Amino acid sequence: MPLPASQTSPGDGIAAVLDAANRVILGKDTQVRLALACLLARGHLLIEDLPGVGKTTLAHTLARLLGLDFQRIQFTSDMLPADILGVSIFDREHADFRFLPGPIFTQVVLADEINRATPKTQSALLEAMEEHQVTAEGITRPLPEPFFVIATQNPAHQVGTFPLPESQLDRFLLRLELGYPDSRAERALLESGGRRSQVAALTPCLTPPALAGFQDEVERVHAAPPLLDYVQALVEASRRAPAFRHGLSPRAALALLAVSRAWAYLAGRRQVLPEDVQAVWPALACHRLPLAQGSGHASPEEALALLRGVALP
Amino acid sequence: MNWRLPWRRQRRPLPSPLPHSVLPWLLLCALATAGPHTLHQPLWLTAIAGLVLAWRAWLWLRQLPLPPRWLLSLVSLGSLAAIVVEYRTLLGRDAGVSLLVLFLALKLMELRQRRDGVVVLMLGYFLLLTHYFHSQSIPTGLWMLLALVLLTATLLRLHGDDRARPLASLRYAGVLTLQALPFMLVLYLLFPRISGPLWGLPRDAHAGLSGLSETMAPGSLANLIQNGSIAFRVQFQGETPPRAQLYWRGPVLDHFADGVWRARFLPHRKPQVEARGPEVAYVTTLEPHNQRWLLALDSPTAVPAEASIGHDLQVLAPAPLTSRSRQAFRSVLDYRHNRQEQPLVLQRALQLPAERNPRTRELAEQWRRADPRPASLVQRALAHFRQEPFFYTLRAPLLGRDGVDEFLFATRRGFCEHYASAFVVLMRAAGVPARVVTGYQGGDINPVDGYLTVRQSDAHAWAEVWLEDQGWRRVDPTSAISPARIEAGIAAALPDDEALPLLARVDLDWLVRLRHRWEAANNAWNQWVLGYTPERQRQLLSRLGLQQPDWRNMSAALAAACGLLLLLLTLWSLGRRPRLAPEERLWQRFCRRSARLAPDLARAPWEGPLAYGRRLGERLPTLAPQAEAIAGLYATLRYGPPLAPRDRQQLLERLAACIRELPSRRPS
Repeated sequence: MPLPASQTSPGDGIAAVLDAANRVILGKDTQVRLALACLLARGHLLIEDLPGVGKTTLAHTLARLLGLDFQRIQFTSDMLPADILGVSIFDREHADFRFLPGPIFTQVVLADEINRATPKTQSALLEAMEEHQVTAEGITRPLPEPFFVIATQNPAHQVGTFPLPESQLDRFLLRLELGYPDSRAERALLESGGRRSQVAALTPCLTPPALAGFQDEVERVHAAPPLLDYVQALVEASRRAPAFRHGLSPRAALALLAVSRAWAYLAGRRQVLPEDVQAVWPALACHRLPLAQGSGHASPEEALALLRGVALP
Repeated sequence: MNWRLPWRRQRRPLPSPLPHSVLPWLLLCALATAGPHTLHQPLWLTAIAGLVLAWRAWLWLRQLPLPPRWLLSLVSLGSLAAIVVEYRTLLGRDAGVSLLVLFLALKLMELRQRRDGVVVLMLGYFLLLTHYFHSQSIPTGLWMLLALVLLTATLLRLHGDDRARPLASLRYAGVLTLQALPFMLVLYLLFPRISGPLWGLPRDAHAGLSGLSETMAPGSLANLIQNGSIAFRVQFQGETPPRAQLYWRGPVLDHFADGVWRARFLPHRKPQVEARGPEVAYVTTLEPHNQRWLLALDSPTAVPAEASIGHDLQVLAPAPLTSRSRQAFRSVLDYRHNRQEQPLVLQRALQLPAERNPRTRELAEQWRRADPRPASLVQRALAHFRQEPFFYTLRAPLLGRDGVDEFLFATRRGFCEHYASAFVVLMRAAGVPARVVTGYQGGDINPVDGYLTVRQSDAHAWAEVWLEDQGWRRVDPTSAISPARIEAGIAAALPDDEALPLLARVDLDWLVRLRHRWEAANNAWNQWVLGYTPERQRQLLSRLGLQQPDWRNMSAALAAACGLLLLLLTLWSLGRRPRLAPEERLWQRFCRRSARLAPDLARAPWEGPLAYGRRLGERLPTLAPQAEAIAGLYATLRYGPPLAPRDRQQLLERLAACIRELPSRRPS
């Protein structure tokens, strides 16, 4: 007798990761879960928020808990692609060029304030994200696996920023906003001091092969035909909504299904429910739906309004 | 202080602006419905309506504001006055239709709200019907069908579908129209039919129809020959008689004065017809000609009940024929007519205007002196036409005061009426009673449907002489001059360079075939659609079992048929709905039952099962375990991986059991 849908639990390792992350990052349950779901669905994450709300801490925590290498790149307006990808320098001893890998050769990259860099530098990173490899000076070098980029972005209206174009926004599976912590979490934060020492003290809960195993399992989460109907109905509705300049692409539909699987898996289920799709919907859809009037993208409220206009098939 | 009464504010309709993109559709609708009226309405009205439409299109293109109301009022009042001046009334068919056209055009100038668009479309639907005042032909029907689809598509776009592709709207409207088709058929067949038009077509409705007339002057038939339109169609029961015997009798003319032949009133007496051959039975479908006579083969023996057969074998209807009608006849082609004739008739058949045509009289006198027997006088006259250089032509010269003299001795060029007229004058001058008969001769078989088609160009005039022992005998002097006219038809008889109606003598096979097909289609339309008279309806109903149809049982039959159709359509559309899976049915039952517990507990259409179960549990904690169990079971069944049939059945039973255990009322 199979158990009803809601009663199983995810793999122990993943539960432990969630647990530990929530002990470091206080009061951000949903965001932490979304970030982990994004990673399990082999996607990259974009966090858009003000400085100092814990973006770096989240990225660092995830890297530590998953037992992955971590590098942070602070983007600035004078940065060049070579600063990310690496350069070849002349080695006098061997009388030859030697490639010095850039900071991107790691498993978790925190690309801080990505919209401070020029479009050229941005696109160097984004290409690496898409292809999982780097081509510098005619030689293609693979990036380590798993490869996970957490980019942070200042709100676009800040001075001195180059907003990411639509096509590149689409490469980020999810976009999150962390927001201020609630008063209880903030109080706890104040009482226990900064997070730096806590993050440093974290011990990995997983190994990279275990993580890859979980990612494979996520792909096997069942999506029944009625659920696929639902995903299609949502995508179709986004294309028809007059409020948006254009709707979700087929790539976005695939992404929606992948994250929904991961979300269901994190909830301990082996099948995707409409609730899973709905839970990840704002994070997935908002940055992919440009408003028809003016610039900017759909707010979470607008995305939810669209969702509520679509009946379950 | 707010002085406005509260209900006044509520009554104001909610403003709902007209979608900008619908306007071209509305303009097209106006064109499609009002356009064909251009053929029947005064030119100035067409000009005004056209200008208004163009103006509106320009305003739309440039996105300019609509004209102020005072200007519109001025234009409307001016046009209204013009209509009154033109028709002397605002009522009646033509003035009414013109008013509608005008309203439609002007309404386009005040399209602000969606409501205004609906008004335009309703006007359009109504205006569409008025086309039937002028024509009920197949092209009109097709045009109206297309316009109907266009109007419906516009209505669809007006109500929120304005972003759909044009073809999709049209297809949707077409499907709707098709779905209405069975209802149309039922209404057509069963709605009580009223003999005569419903709203009394004005008397002039059939003015200007062509056909034979009550008089015959030189040239009158030759004009009719130019007209290629159909006079009537005939369906023979059995074999069609040979062409040379097809004399369709029209008005019989016995009075000659000033070169014109007329009919004079005769007291009614039953004619005596001796049949000398078999009867032929046939049905004619006569086009309206606004006269009383019907056209039957010589000599009719049985005529429709309401018609009467005159002393001179003319068949008359009780009233002028203003619509297409069908008559069943029987005729004998070999007959003797009125061997005993009234003296009055014979006396009239010898009448000649005094002091006219002296040379003709002289010639007749000469012949009579040579051989006074009437039969040989007839032969003599025919031989004269045959031997002297007479020509059969449509382009006869104009004749003066002594027309017959000029024709017989000078011009010698004429058409059938010249020969018939001259022959009768000769006979009368020689003392043989004679008269002119007009009608049609011949006709063509349409190979598509087998109907014999008789056209205006088959109009003909011949003579009748009365001989002792033989009664009235037909003599056709035209056959003496041009036997081809009688054997093969008008096209064969005339020289090639003479004007004839288009298509009367084309050699292009495909064109002729096409024409035959088109006329057969028209005939079928006339016979089956327009010819569906109250009488035919009664026949149909009695065949359906309604012996005494009156308005009560006809309405009942109508309602029953429409109800049945609706039922069938509903069943059909229900059958097309996908069958629900069992877990879906159970889940919907559960949702319905929990919605009854409290109004805010209804499941939102987008709400997932687990979320709904949780919400229920939060609102009604006593039900929480059950609600969550049900939601979980449903989620597994619907969204889970496929299960073994036994497991699935077990889960379904558990789900059903859980739902059964739910309280039907809110737990206190």
